[in-house]
Amino acid sequence: MKVSALAGGGMLLTFSWAEGFTPPSGDASALAEEWSELNSYIKIKANGVVTLMAPNPEFGSNVKTTLPMMLADELDVDWKNVIVEQADFYPERFARQFTGGSQSVRQAWKPLRTAGATARQMLVNAAAETWSVPANEITTSAGELLHKSSGKKAGYGEMASKAATMSVPKDVPLKKINDFKIIGTSKKNVEGHGIVTGKPLFGMDYKQEGMLIAMIVHPPAFGKKVKSVNDSAAKSMPGIKDVFVIKTLADDYERNGFDTTTFTELVVVAGNSTWEVMNAKKALKVEWENIVDSNIVVEGRGGKETVKIPAGLESTQGHNARMLEMSKKTANVLRKDGDPEKAFQSAAKVLERTYTAPYLAHNTMEPVNCFANVTADKAEIYGPTQAPEFISRTLSARLGLPKEKIHIKLARMGGGFGLRAYCHHMVEAAVISQKLSAPVKLVYTREDDMTYGIYRPTYTATYKAALDKDNNLIAFHVRGGGIPEHAVHANRFPAGAVDNYLAEGWALESNITIGAFRAPRSNFIAGAEQSFLDELAELAGKDPIAFRLELLERAKTKPVGTNNDYDADRYAGVLKLVREKSKWSETQPNVHRGVSAYFCHNTYVAEVLDLEVKKNTPVINKVFAAVDCGIVVNPDSAANMSEGGIIDGIGNALFGELTFVDGVPQKSNFHQYRLIRQKEAPKAIEVHFVQNEHDPTGLGEPLFPPVFGALANALYKATGKRYYNQPFAKDFQLTPSRM
Amino acid sequence: MAKISLNINGKKHEVDVDPKTPVLWVLRDHLDLVGTKYGCGMAQCGACTIILEGSAVRSCVMPVSAVANKKITTIEGISENGDHPVQKAWLEHDVPQCGYCQAGQIMTAVALLEKNPKPSDEEIETAMNGNICRCGTYLRIKAAVKTASNA
Repeated sequence: MKVSALAGGGMLLTFSWAEGFTPPSGDASALAEEWSELNSYIKIKANGVVTLMAPNPEFGSNVKTTLPMMLADELDVDWKNVIVEQADFYPERFARQFTGGSQSVRQAWKPLRTAGATARQMLVNAAAETWSVPANEITTSAGELLHKSSGKKAGYGEMASKAATMSVPKDVPLKKINDFKIIGTSKKNVEGHGIVTGKPLFGMDYKQEGMLIAMIVHPPAFGKKVKSVNDSAAKSMPGIKDVFVIKTLADDYERNGFDTTTFTELVVVAGNSTWEVMNAKKALKVEWENIVDSNIVVEGRGGKETVKIPAGLESTQGHNARMLEMSKKTANVLRKDGDPEKAFQSAAKVLERTYTAPYLAHNTMEPVNCFANVTADKAEIYGPTQAPEFISRTLSARLGLPKEKIHIKLARMGGGFGLRAYCHHMVEAAVISQKLSAPVKLVYTREDDMTYGIYRPTYTATYKAALDKDNNLIAFHVRGGGIPEHAVHANRFPAGAVDNYLAEGWALESNITIGAFRAPRSNFIAGAEQSFLDELAELAGKDPIAFRLELLERAKTKPVGTNNDYDADRYAGVLKLVREKSKWSETQPNVHRGVSAYFCHNTYVAEVLDLEVKKNTPVINKVFAAVDCGIVVNPDSAANMSEGGIIDGIGNALFGELTFVDGVPQKSNFHQYRLIRQKEAPKAIEVHFVQNEHDPTGLGEPLFPPVFGALANALYKATGKRYYNQPFAKDFQLTPSRM
Repeated sequence: MAKISLNINGKKHEVDVDPKTPVLWVLRDHLDLVGTKYGCGMAQCGACTIILEGSAVRSCVMPVSAVANKKITTIEGISENGDHPVQKAWLEHDVPQCGYCQAGQIMTAVALLEKNPKPSDEEIETAMNGNICRCGTYLRIKAAVKTASNA
């Protein structure tokens, strides 16, 4: 926590997890006079109106509402008097302006409450000084300060300007859970009204005087690059200003893991209006040529790494053949307990199954876009981003401007799902603006967006398990691979519950780029593992929930190894809760049930999915979910996120797939790439949260992975056939339901 | 280029554009009505839904020349202050996650309820099936349409 003097005489309190950061200077001069700023997150007007800053970019998980609720509760104000404002990217003032990994609520829990509680204490101290009474005799309630014995009262607004000059107290205690007034109550989306009235909230909606529209043409295939451009027809079309080629990143630029390597050379068309630019784009004649093998340096979590980008035009058929071949070979041992080989030899029964999943495109409803206005001495960027801090170094290096001269404003995102952690569009827009010396909005067509890369990787996993003559699980082996990464989490369940355990992983290189996609890796491995455990329970003649609970009991009472990354009690807790809520033991005629449970992103989830088959189409009647994410900050919003994760998971499990022929993505828009629609959604979803006092964890991802398994297991009950390969609808003759 | 008269949200506008320009881009680029969203450009996702002479249509594939002087309603025009029963129901159910598709969803719902004020669940599902929501808010959408139909 650091304090620095404001230009206006107030104190500025910021929270940073980065060591040795530079305090901001002269930045608060823009603050309107009537506002008193108590810290980076909180300012209060003389009339008592409170503005709370929403530090994280919003992509639909409702962090713009939920994070300020934490500030408001500790500050002790009435939510009705709160205005929430989206913060710009400002790392010196706001910690962790990143939305992703289901971490926003979890990571903000202490810092934001501390910010609220500290500001409250400053108001109390101001009142104590004004009234000449001890601070510890002053209480607060809904934005009011009260000194009971003297009867003195004041609104926060009356004390705000004084409070802003007080020294910042240290180690202010936080509220006890029972004292929360806002946390734990449902607050509606602060941007709801703007959304339902069509306000310009998104990057795509942004406009500035003199702004040009720019579009890109990227290679039609992975493994290709620009050879030559014939722009004579396009350049002379109405409304067109310029056509040129940009290089966004130098080949030897040391990237971070979020600087995509997809297409760094792009053809740009810029003009007055979207339609004119779209037409000119079609009139361009671009010749492409094959790339050659190259290497790039990427600064990852494990330090600098040289990554090979192989030449070649890759196809799904070839990928699948190579993956099948690899899954038969031994791979990197990630974890080994006991003597799996010996246990398999002595087994009474052995089950081995292989699961696969294709590449997936994110398909955020808002296509990639970004506004940039780059001048000689500064850059203004406005667009969808989950992770401005991941791109600021690259923008600075590419534009030749110091970081502090690059102002990134955070647009509401029309979906993220991981895609917008990769901010190539910000670099592209900025480079185009710099080249044109004009404000520019870069707009991708849906086709540009879907065929650009940064996909969920294609994966496979082979599971093998051994039962003894009493149907106890005595050995478990997972060997997973993928392009260009595997999805095995070696220390997750059922590691720790089996004496003889082996996890292996392998990966193949590719020039098709990948990126984080809602619950990376878990989004495949959960469904595979949970389908396998279902089949294994059946082979053991055990109820699938009882079978899992038996393993969890083993992991709790006599764990194997020390590195197991789950709490067996909380895991079992969600299974028991979903068993109770779904009335698991009761069956209904023609209703087929599947269960699944998974722990990822710090949250435990169990799901039961009920379906019926009508006219050869599975109709999902209901999904029950039990969730342990600790304290639920904004319950109805948490339920919304949970429902969305389930529906999105069902959609991707049934339909999600992107294939390639000679490097060309075989789908480019929604007539080919099927997303789940209203009719295919479950008819009902019930979400039950475990009530406990653990610090909160996240919900953006954890509901998504297990539903792949619950669906596969219910489909098996309905059809007698196991579903090993995503998307499941390929094997199941589903009636198209599109209008 | 051609001069085309438009009747949008009860107001007359004249634009001078390529007559083949889709209504979507005339709304967004020329008239600053950006509530109508671009999602696919080929009438597959419903983000661009507007109401043309009482029916929900996809503005991304509708040339502006085809709608001259016809009555167009966009998300900005269904109420003065966001108090159309469908908008109110959307807020009551706190439907949106990212929010990008919701204007299109709302316009489809408004058109549905104008023609069929008390739709069954199945009729709601059929009417709303052309609007994709990648966040998966479908159940809340259905519940909100139901609430609005009872308003």
